[in-house]
Amino acid sequence: MQLRAKRKFVNRLALALAMAAMLFGLFWLVWILFTVVKLGVASLSLDLFLKMTPPPGSTEGGLANALVGSGMLVVLGTFVGAPLGILVGVYLAEYGQHAWLGKVTRYVNDLLLSAPSIVIGLFVYAIVVARMGHFSGWAGVVALSLIVIPVVVRTTENMLLLVPNTLREAAYALGAPKRTVIMWVTLRAAKAGVVTGLLLAVARIAGETAPLLFTSLSNQFWSVDMNAPMASLPKVIFDFAMNPDPFLQKLAWGGVLLITFGVLILNIVARVFFRQQHSH
Amino acid sequence: MSTLTSQIEFKNFDFYYGKYHALKSINLSLAKRKVTAFIGPSGCGKSTLLRTINRMYDLYPEQKAEGELLLDGQNILGREVDLSVLRAKVGMVFQKPTPFPMSIYDNIAFGVRLHEKLSKAEMDERVEWALRKAALWDEVKDKLYKSGMGLSGGQQQRLCIARGVAVKPEVLLLDEPTSALDPISTMRIEELINELKNEFTIVIVTHNMQQAARISDYTAYMYLGELIEFGETDQIFVKPEKKQTEDYITGRFG
Repeated sequence: MQLRAKRKFVNRLALALAMAAMLFGLFWLVWILFTVVKLGVASLSLDLFLKMTPPPGSTEGGLANALVGSGMLVVLGTFVGAPLGILVGVYLAEYGQHAWLGKVTRYVNDLLLSAPSIVIGLFVYAIVVARMGHFSGWAGVVALSLIVIPVVVRTTENMLLLVPNTLREAAYALGAPKRTVIMWVTLRAAKAGVVTGLLLAVARIAGETAPLLFTSLSNQFWSVDMNAPMASLPKVIFDFAMNPDPFLQKLAWGGVLLITFGVLILNIVARVFFRQQHSH
Repeated sequence: MSTLTSQIEFKNFDFYYGKYHALKSINLSLAKRKVTAFIGPSGCGKSTLLRTINRMYDLYPEQKAEGELLLDGQNILGREVDLSVLRAKVGMVFQKPTPFPMSIYDNIAFGVRLHEKLSKAEMDERVEWALRKAALWDEVKDKLYKSGMGLSGGQQQRLCIARGVAVKPEVLLLDEPTSALDPISTMRIEELINELKNEFTIVIVTHNMQQAARISDYTAYMYLGELIEFGETDQIFVKPEKKQTEDYITGRFG
């Protein structure tokens, strides 16, 4: 009996510690969300979406150019990075599992995955911005896609490796060539996971600031020219939050609110999508 | 057994997993449009032997076969053999049902599209024909465009049989096709095998000796990579020639 009592006690202790750790984590998260909503909601208005970023001392303005700039940078960065990442992931899982090229690629990809994003920003500055002679939207796209690629490579490979080998064998047993097996069976079976990885990569670059500092910089005016410097939400938040003008600070909080909830929604969509695909 | 009706022939056939000698000098002839069962304890090589008939081992570079393996009198072990053509002739069903992540219709059409160009009407007809052959048509005819993953285990396995049959192969390889199914689904698949043997040569690996006795015409007993005894199922189960076979069949061993 004493043994059982002891086990029960240890069980309760472990449970209590786990709950405490969870509450500790949740506490900060809730506090952050609460602060973001409280300070951001004040600047929520149509102006926020329709007006351009104002100079210091203004009494009206919005984040329209930064929102559109961020949208373009993120969408184009994903369009460049995602196909490359998926192809490399397919290579690693289906072709180069044991080949030396596969092992080297996987190692380099892991390095890239953990590289600080400011390093990527500086790298793109050196090879794109310095050569073009000016900051540009394209440089920002290159930097963001370099962040997308390793995330997508990793999730694609992992999701393909989860596909049971008997499914591949079943397709080969019908006489299918390798490319057909990959396109129509393995990738399809891993679709939910691959798309989830993609959405998480999008969420990741939506909030990246460091790689844009040296690449797309910022633009106070409306511009959709990818060859010119481009405004982006994270960079505008950084600039405005550092400004002594209280109106600009308020706008920065509005931007923070938009980014936070944008990323939150992307995460929820990714989860719902993943769950739906896995429950039919 | 008359050699005239033989469809598959192993001649001095050896198989290796890397350095491990898994099948030793197999000589065996399988009859056309009959059911042959491979039985034996785990690890005896019966699945390995089955998987050589459609050269499944080609997917794994460390595995290799030596000797001769004839399908309709032609050696299929050569490098020049077109695996796609071979696998169109030799279909396979696995232990666990393996429906593809697509609709029931596309599951069947997938294999057919690899080898034939059919019009929509012809494909519809082929899909129905295959599903009827697998005794699944009545259960799925109203949900052909729903995912094949939503079927029960027994239905999924019959879908896999239909998928194999749809390509119109000559040989069907069944690798323990009922070991993951409940008794009723098992019974239906056994009935199905009995039907299918009128049109296909069937080779089945099974752990279940009653199953081998019920459904097969010929039985091969294997042990440690060797073919111990081969003959008509009735003879193997009633009056085996070798003591070893008798011990296994009567349950004294294995």
